[in-house]
Amino acid sequence: MQQESWTSIIRPKRSLFAFDLKALLQSKDLLFLFVKRDFISVYKQTILGPLWFFIEPALTTLVFMIIFGQIAGIETGGVPQMAFYLAGLTCWNYFADCFKKTSNTFIENQHIFGKVYFPRIITPLSIVLSSLIKFGIQFLLFLGVYIFFFLSSDYDFAPTIHLLLLPILIMLIGIMGLGFGMIISSITTKYRDMRFLIQFGIQLWLYASPVIYPLSLTEGKLRTVLMLNPMTSILETFKYAFFGTGTLEWWMLGYTAGFSLFILFIGTLIFNKTEQNFMDTV
Amino acid sequence: MSITRVKVENLAKQYRLGEVGTGTLSHDLNRLWHRLRGKEDPYSIVTENNDRTSEGTKDYVWAIQNIDFEVKEGEVLGIIGRNGAGKSTLLKILSKVTGPTQGEIKLNGRIGSLLEVGTGMHPELTGKENIYLNGAILGMSKAEVSRKFDEIVDFAGIAKYVDTPFKRYSSGMRVRLGFAVAAFLEPEILIVDEVLAVGDAEFQKKAIGKMKEVSSAGNRTVLFVSHNMGSIKSLCDRCILMDQGEIIFDGDTEECIGEYLRKNSQESSTDLLHSENRNGNGKLLFSGVRLFNKDGEEITEGFSGEYLKIRLDYVLKDRVEMDKVILAVGLRDSYEENVLNFVTDEMGITFPHVTKEKGSFYLEIPKLMLRAGRYNLRLLAMEGDTNPESFLDEIGNAFTLDVIGADYWKSGKTMRPGETAFVDGRITLEE
Repeated sequence: MQQESWTSIIRPKRSLFAFDLKALLQSKDLLFLFVKRDFISVYKQTILGPLWFFIEPALTTLVFMIIFGQIAGIETGGVPQMAFYLAGLTCWNYFADCFKKTSNTFIENQHIFGKVYFPRIITPLSIVLSSLIKFGIQFLLFLGVYIFFFLSSDYDFAPTIHLLLLPILIMLIGIMGLGFGMIISSITTKYRDMRFLIQFGIQLWLYASPVIYPLSLTEGKLRTVLMLNPMTSILETFKYAFFGTGTLEWWMLGYTAGFSLFILFIGTLIFNKTEQNFMDTV
Repeated sequence: MSITRVKVENLAKQYRLGEVGTGTLSHDLNRLWHRLRGKEDPYSIVTENNDRTSEGTKDYVWAIQNIDFEVKEGEVLGIIGRNGAGKSTLLKILSKVTGPTQGEIKLNGRIGSLLEVGTGMHPELTGKENIYLNGAILGMSKAEVSRKFDEIVDFAGIAKYVDTPFKRYSSGMRVRLGFAVAAFLEPEILIVDEVLAVGDAEFQKKAIGKMKEVSSAGNRTVLFVSHNMGSIKSLCDRCILMDQGEIIFDGDTEECIGEYLRKNSQESSTDLLHSENRNGNGKLLFSGVRLFNKDGEEITEGFSGEYLKIRLDYVLKDRVEMDKVILAVGLRDSYEENVLNFVTDEMGITFPHVTKEKGSFYLEIPKLMLRAGRYNLRLLAMEGDTNPESFLDEIGNAFTLDVIGADYWKSGKTMRPGETAFVDGRITLEE
């Protein structure tokens, strides 16, 4: 009475590419519930509620305008400072959120992961999605500011056809944040050192990306280094699409796309490998 | 012909001892170096050579080893064993929380595991939101939860509070809600850890009833870990006994429990000797506690209103004047409050002057006037007087005495549980 049909087999060493897509698809309800939880729980019992999504980038933009715009006097390439900073910050915040929050996946969820199994990748995916909602709200703020400046004819800029690239840009940000986050979260299960690195690493990365300044302001070696930063082309293309100023290089965008997919691939592999035994080392 | 639902083959799990930190990186690099050269993992030892304790392997320990068993459709398998026997590790591997080091598990059917109730419930979300969330975490689809939603709320008895944030719930309500969601899980294979020990007595009864209902449905396979022999006995058809990471018995539940109890009592007399949580000068050391009934048979639990004899084994490590020894035995509730206390100097008892290295005190209780519950035995031996300097040996938690409730008043009702003592008495009414 030996039957050989098993629905699943648990083995010590899973192949590096054994990715249970079926289980992932079955967990889509869980994914949406996680997104809902992440989104709802953050601003429960606050008076301003989701308004905080606006306040955060608004205040940062104000600070940037004073420090980098007024005091340091950094050029924004003919674009109103507020719109310029807000454009960069909206994209950057989405990346930073995805990266920072997913990099804590294993440590933050160890009590759940230690008690029940579901495809672990659901957790970082839900973070990327709930951050996307936050991005959406902040994008509305940017859009409002953008339209305001567009109508007040003091400035001369116009949107370009490249706005069609927007969904791809947003996707690339999510993919990159997810990929990096999964790599870091896997390493932190054993070596907590990475957490400290992340704390200021993302902060430093912000300054190495054209958020507060346009790429066109740099030249020589510095420019080459900045172009190697995969976030550069996303930020520049985003601004180019809206303002018509900035640098749009197709090869850079291609590089970023390749880089993001590569990071996502590596991240998924490492994450998948880690999820099986991380409870023993975390 | 019934289907095999779970088949475990030569399963083993190794853990690293000590802190993860320094040393791990070097071990990892060493491992990688060996793997790159196509050699075996230097820190993993094959089962056969396990007794050959060589230098490089002492940092690793096998939590479970050589685990082989099969569970058929409709079977309810109990897993028993002392703490640290590897039960939880086995369940964790079965529920995919952690992976095995060797061997494999073949599963046929959807698997649901209940290692804890209310996993992932979020304090800020309402009861309703949490039911959906917890259900999804346990593997139910949204539609499934919707279908059972009313039953879940009803079972948990929280209908009034479904729209209240979870953080406002009392701890009892939280536990009930957690169990209720889990109770309506309908996988082919259900893995249950000691989760029935939640809630008040009434809810526990309800929970056990639900478990029985689930397991008697016939097409469900249940793996059930518990320390409560009562629920094991009432739920399981078959039982495996684990000890030091291996299965030492697999078969009939009654026999298995018998084996477990026998094994426990054999070893309990040496256990206490190595207990770390003790005070005193150590001239005399308590080495074991065993329980006997009226007929002198060894038992594992006390019964309300019944005779109980407690044997306290001791060893002498130094010269002790036994005729001056004062023995105090306290039974405490879970808040460490004394419920009963026996002290020999108050009772006018003096021991004979014995000098042999080993011996036993006997405490006879003609009627154990305790309600059903879990009591801790505190043992204290003093020489001469009751000053702390005269303490020979003191163990706060020497033994856990489980008392089973009974119908002491012959009223047809089992007394309600509670960690309290009771006395004989009568209540009348006069006008």
